Amino acid sequence: MEKNRESGVVMETKVREILDRYPEGRTENLIPVLQDIQETDGYLSEESVLEVSRHLKMPASKIYGVATFYNQFRFAPLGKYHVQICCGTACHVLGASTVLEEIEKNIGVKSGETTKDGLFSMEVVACIGACGLAPVISINGNFHAKVTGESIKEILDNYRNQE
Amino acid sequence: MNSQYNSSVKDFLIDEVLRDFTNNSKDPHLLEQISVLRNEKISEPVIYVGAGTCGLGAGAAKTLKSVRKYIEEKDIKARVIETGCIGLCAVEPIMDVQIPGYNRVSFQNVTEDKVDEVLDAVFQLEVPEKFVLGQFDQSDTRKWDGVRFLKDHPFFAPQKRLVLKNCGIIDPVDIKEYIARGGYKSYIKAINVHSPSDICDIIEKSGLRGRGGGGFPTGLKWKFANREESDQKYLICNADEGDPGAFMDRAVIEGDPHRLIEGMAIGAYAIGATKAYIYIRAEYPLAIERLESAIEEAREYGLVGEDIFGTGVDFDIRIKKGAGAFVCGEETALMHSIEGKRGMPRPRPPFPTTRGLFGKPSVINNVETFANVSEILLNGADWFASTGTEKSKGTKVFALSGKIALTGLVEIPMGTTVREVIFDIAGGILNNRKFKAVQIGGPSGGCITEENLDIQIDYDSLINVGAMMGSGGLVVMDEDTCMVDVAKFFMGFIQRESCGKCIPCREGTKRLLEILESITSKPDAANTEALDRFKGVMQIEKLSQVIKDTSLCGLGQTAPNPVLSTHKLFRDEYEAHLYDRQCPAGVCQNLKVYKIDVDKCTGCTVCIRKCPVDAIIGSKKSPHFIVEDKCIGCGACYEACKFDAIEVV
Repeated sequence: MEKNRESGVVMETKVREILDRYPEGRTENLIPVLQDIQETDGYLSEESVLEVSRHLKMPASKIYGVATFYNQFRFAPLGKYHVQICCGTACHVLGASTVLEEIEKNIGVKSGETTKDGLFSMEVVACIGACGLAPVISINGNFHAKVTGESIKEILDNYRNQE
Repeated sequence: MNSQYNSSVKDFLIDEVLRDFTNNSKDPHLLEQISVLRNEKISEPVIYVGAGTCGLGAGAAKTLKSVRKYIEEKDIKARVIETGCIGLCAVEPIMDVQIPGYNRVSFQNVTEDKVDEVLDAVFQLEVPEKFVLGQFDQSDTRKWDGVRFLKDHPFFAPQKRLVLKNCGIIDPVDIKEYIARGGYKSYIKAINVHSPSDICDIIEKSGLRGRGGGGFPTGLKWKFANREESDQKYLICNADEGDPGAFMDRAVIEGDPHRLIEGMAIGAYAIGATKAYIYIRAEYPLAIERLESAIEEAREYGLVGEDIFGTGVDFDIRIKKGAGAFVCGEETALMHSIEGKRGMPRPRPPFPTTRGLFGKPSVINNVETFANVSEILLNGADWFASTGTEKSKGTKVFALSGKIALTGLVEIPMGTTVREVIFDIAGGILNNRKFKAVQIGGPSGGCITEENLDIQIDYDSLINVGAMMGSGGLVVMDEDTCMVDVAKFFMGFIQRESCGKCIPCREGTKRLLEILESITSKPDAANTEALDRFKGVMQIEKLSQVIKDTSLCGLGQTAPNPVLSTHKLFRDEYEAHLYDRQCPAGVCQNLKVYKIDVDKCTGCTVCIRKCPVDAIIGSKKSPHFIVEDKCIGCGACYEACKFDAIEVV
């Protein structure tokens, strides 16, 4: 608990730094502001949304309205290993849905969620443009090409074993 | 030393190449300097590695590392250049080597462990046959014996590259090379010689149509905006390439960002805009990075900024990162997103050329459209119009993926047949399977089957066969692809991405998805859903028509296309799912029925323990049995059985 509060303070100063780069009350900057915050924190916390609300002088409800509209924004912290599954057409045709099911079964969470131990988070993404390697997944930015229902178990176990 | 060299090159390029745009000087000194900048005349070996997103995915970063290690260890003085993607994603990583006095030669599948082997050979003036892709055709350097030219490679030979001309060949973040290859000449000429309405006329005459899907004549759009009186106008580039299976725009930006910037600069001048935005997907970090650095370079050269080359023309350009919403590909939704709002479309008129971004006249075009502009001005409208069909001029870039031998990016003249693209250029179907259909135009498009493979690709003939150009994703399907599943995939995508503003799209796509889900899932004996399934299928066409007729924006108006197209062309597959509860392609997992072969089953109970829903019964050492009503078709028993006793029916 103590620790959490500490990290909260650190986080807020970071949010402040980001907000200082944008003029007050200019609502057209909302999306870049949220993107910057997510880039540093990995997600949008309630505190940071409130902070943005004060700075841009717009209701937090409106900010949530915008943030939830776009796929990019997350409201829970990322896991240590962030698994992105490409579900573009090419990957789908070559069996991405089997891979997705296997991952859901293996780590026990659905898209946009994080495991309780904070080890894995998962996200289904639209085409990441590596159609030549389909079906493809990316774990913390490392591509794994031509994955199958079987090979995914090995890949995930490799990450688990690194702990 | 280096910065001094750079600034003298900069002066040379600005004063002798760009300012002197009309002069086709034959001065040997000047020509030599240009060929040095174009990397045609080199004094030390140059190694190029294709490092676009697709190349990096295939391991180009590791290849680059190996290359750098190699030249350091062997103490070779050589330059290493990261290029964009040349389009042959299937054989990445691609590495080119150019040795002074010799043609540049291209190698395929050069993973990190192959680098030494290839470089050892080339530096001893041998070309390792199993890696070679082809050599470049250079006029004054020596040809490699027995190596075909890259332009004769079956993948490249039928292509005509205007937009992709530099992709995979030049250093994308080096403005010097772009200018040395004729870049920014069109822009400087345009602002010095032509009036804005001249430019609109030239583009209109060339017959260029929007490459983002709609196919609206670009020159005409610019004209509308040009005629508007306003203190501020905006030019916007739509680089929010959201179609699953499309990656053309990303490749252009990663491989040749200056081409986009130049096209936009010309467009802005033509409509009288001084501010431009590039709305690009945040999922394309490498493209954003290269674009940022290219804009910075263009600014240093005075090509972006105020009073460009003393002509009094101002042009500023900004990047806006999209936050992941497919509907933002629609122009009014995109503008709302730039304004910091939810990306929802609004009714038109007023069209953006009258009231657009921040209420000012605006023009939106996509990346590929802008990438054509500089070539048109350089070579003339008639030259551009000489390629293509009667109503569709120029070329079109397609992203080929799915069950095809050579995945990649191709640029073909309009009028090429679909068959040529799939079978001649891309080498046919993967593993020699049977072709079933090709999906064109992503979630808004439709399918083309064997019987229509010989149609010429242009805007109108694609619409005639129930598909559309879209942005250019071409996904090939073979006999193992279930078309009902494909329709369900696109419907699921559209339903998730529908913004929710208008009811036909929000509710209609959801209902369509439900109908498709019901016919691809296991029957539930406990309720009357059988009747609902039949009723649902009977309503598909009517519901689709209502969605098409009454939706607010293009997303909804085209949303039912994949369903309608597959429903019309693959009725037998729909019927097999509906009447026989079978998926002929064996894709729909829920419809799979597993049975145990009593002769093979040894009664080991492994499958009973593996079954997640207790659908398998039987005692030890006697054959087991699967209760069909309970089985969810997960296949766990099938994988677990060591005696091949479980079969899929």
